Amino acid sequence: MTLLAVRGLCAVHGLLQAVRSVDLDLAEGEILALVGANGAGKTTLLRTIAGVHAPVAGRVEFDGADITNCAPHERVARGIALVPEGRRLFLNLTVEENLRVGAVGGRKGGWDLDRVLHAFPLLRPLRKVKATHLSGGEQQATAIGRALMANPRLLLLDELSLGLSPKAIDGVYASLRTLSLAQTAIILVEQDLQRGLSFAGRVVCLLEGQIVAQGRADELTREQVMQHYFGTRLPAVGAMTA
Amino acid sequence: MSWADLIIQGALLGGYYALLAGGLSFLYGVMRVINLAHGSLAVVTAYAFWVLAEHWQVPPLVLAVVLLPLMSLVGWVLYRLVFERSLHGGTLIPILSTFGLATVLDNVLFQNFGADTRSLAPYFDTLAYDSWTLPGDIIVGELAVIEFVLAVLVLGGLHLLLMRTSLGRQIRATSEDEDAARIVGVNTRRIHATATAMAFAMVAAAGIALGLRATFDPYAGAQQLIFAFEAVVMGGAGSLWGTLIGGVTLGIAQSVGARINPQGFLIAGHLTFLAVLLARISAGGHLRSLLATQWARRQGHR
Repeated sequence: MTLLAVRGLCAVHGLLQAVRSVDLDLAEGEILALVGANGAGKTTLLRTIAGVHAPVAGRVEFDGADITNCAPHERVARGIALVPEGRRLFLNLTVEENLRVGAVGGRKGGWDLDRVLHAFPLLRPLRKVKATHLSGGEQQATAIGRALMANPRLLLLDELSLGLSPKAIDGVYASLRTLSLAQTAIILVEQDLQRGLSFAGRVVCLLEGQIVAQGRADELTREQVMQHYFGTRLPAVGAMTA
Repeated sequence: MSWADLIIQGALLGGYYALLAGGLSFLYGVMRVINLAHGSLAVVTAYAFWVLAEHWQVPPLVLAVVLLPLMSLVGWVLYRLVFERSLHGGTLIPILSTFGLATVLDNVLFQNFGADTRSLAPYFDTLAYDSWTLPGDIIVGELAVIEFVLAVLVLGGLHLLLMRTSLGRQIRATSEDEDAARIVGVNTRRIHATATAMAFAMVAAAGIALGLRATFDPYAGAQQLIFAFEAVVMGGAGSLWGTLIGGVTLGIAQSVGARINPQGFLIAGHLTFLAVLLARISAGGHLRSLLATQWARRQGHR
């Protein structure tokens, strides 16, 4: 069943067209990797789906309802949670407070403070520590945990591995695998192409705000994606669709 | 009057300043809005009290309770009408719009009530001049003590609310990173409106305290704003306990100034404020870098 349907979505930053008429469908529980070079519009697309960036055209439907004009907190209440680029924790709040803020607008569901701390055991001893004192990996875990507190049906993950050590990245992905069992759909923006391909079921490649390729992750090679990534291959959306 | 007496009287006066500055500090802490209508809004509350007590014979204790939620409501409405719109316009617009609001309020009061000074003291029996005697023959005004305790309770209560409740966490999160707060599902618009309503309840309490302890007239707001502003800056903008310390510092400075010279009351407060401000700036290294650039610029011009 289609959980998210994006139709003809356009978003701008001033004069720059960051997202150009994007169509995207996501089924319940599906994991999608969104790849593309810097400035391809990945972050803007996620922020527009989350409602913090207003589109200039197009429609976003979630669970059959048109949410294009919904405020961000209304989308969180419906089950869309974004883990933003740069994590954006509340640095003066403790880990536990950050997590609790994540629960204020969310849905009822399986995730609560205890379960998040169970999923990210490294956070348990840090509950009373201010977020500003955490390492990058601990901050990323807190940011994901904060999003989970809202019991999302769709989790938007922006640049998970940015600024993290390889070991911390392994830890974050290991925790994410346990989530995918819980039927949470995920859109993942990832610089590390190999990781994105191995984690996701489907890959969508953005170039200058447009979808230039998409297909099943196990059918695409790294080289094929790279060519679309930098636009050295002509758009062939139909041919690549699984 | 001994020095101990002087310090105690000054500190108690500082309680009033802290109560007055609380709303200003809170609003700045949450939204980075410097509400220049703060003093005028306190005076508006005092006039509302006066009108309702004088012409409608509403019991004063009822008024003291009713005016707080009423001013909260005014705060909510003003947030939607003025603050929210001005916040989108950068840092200068909120200052200009609240300055405009203050001017409108002051002159509407003047239009309706003339230049007569009023006081709320008569509606509370003899509270305004009742006193307690402390050991060492130090006489403290009951009202001053009540206002000091009220300030500590209000600021302490607000602190607890911010640290312990879900609303408090949302306010702190919004104040730190509004965009991130929206992303995680906080209704930041409602949080801002709620914070404004809370700040206005504090303004209302301060306005009644002002009317009880002194006289007021339509243009009394500006003076109160300056006191509040000095207390906030001395205590560190946005910090609630700092605001209490700033208020007490201002109160003590004024009392000591009045002791040195009968006309030294105001000037001692202002000088202390300037001294603290300069000390803060130079401790932060801003002054030195500012002077250094000026010096370098002058060298360059030669």
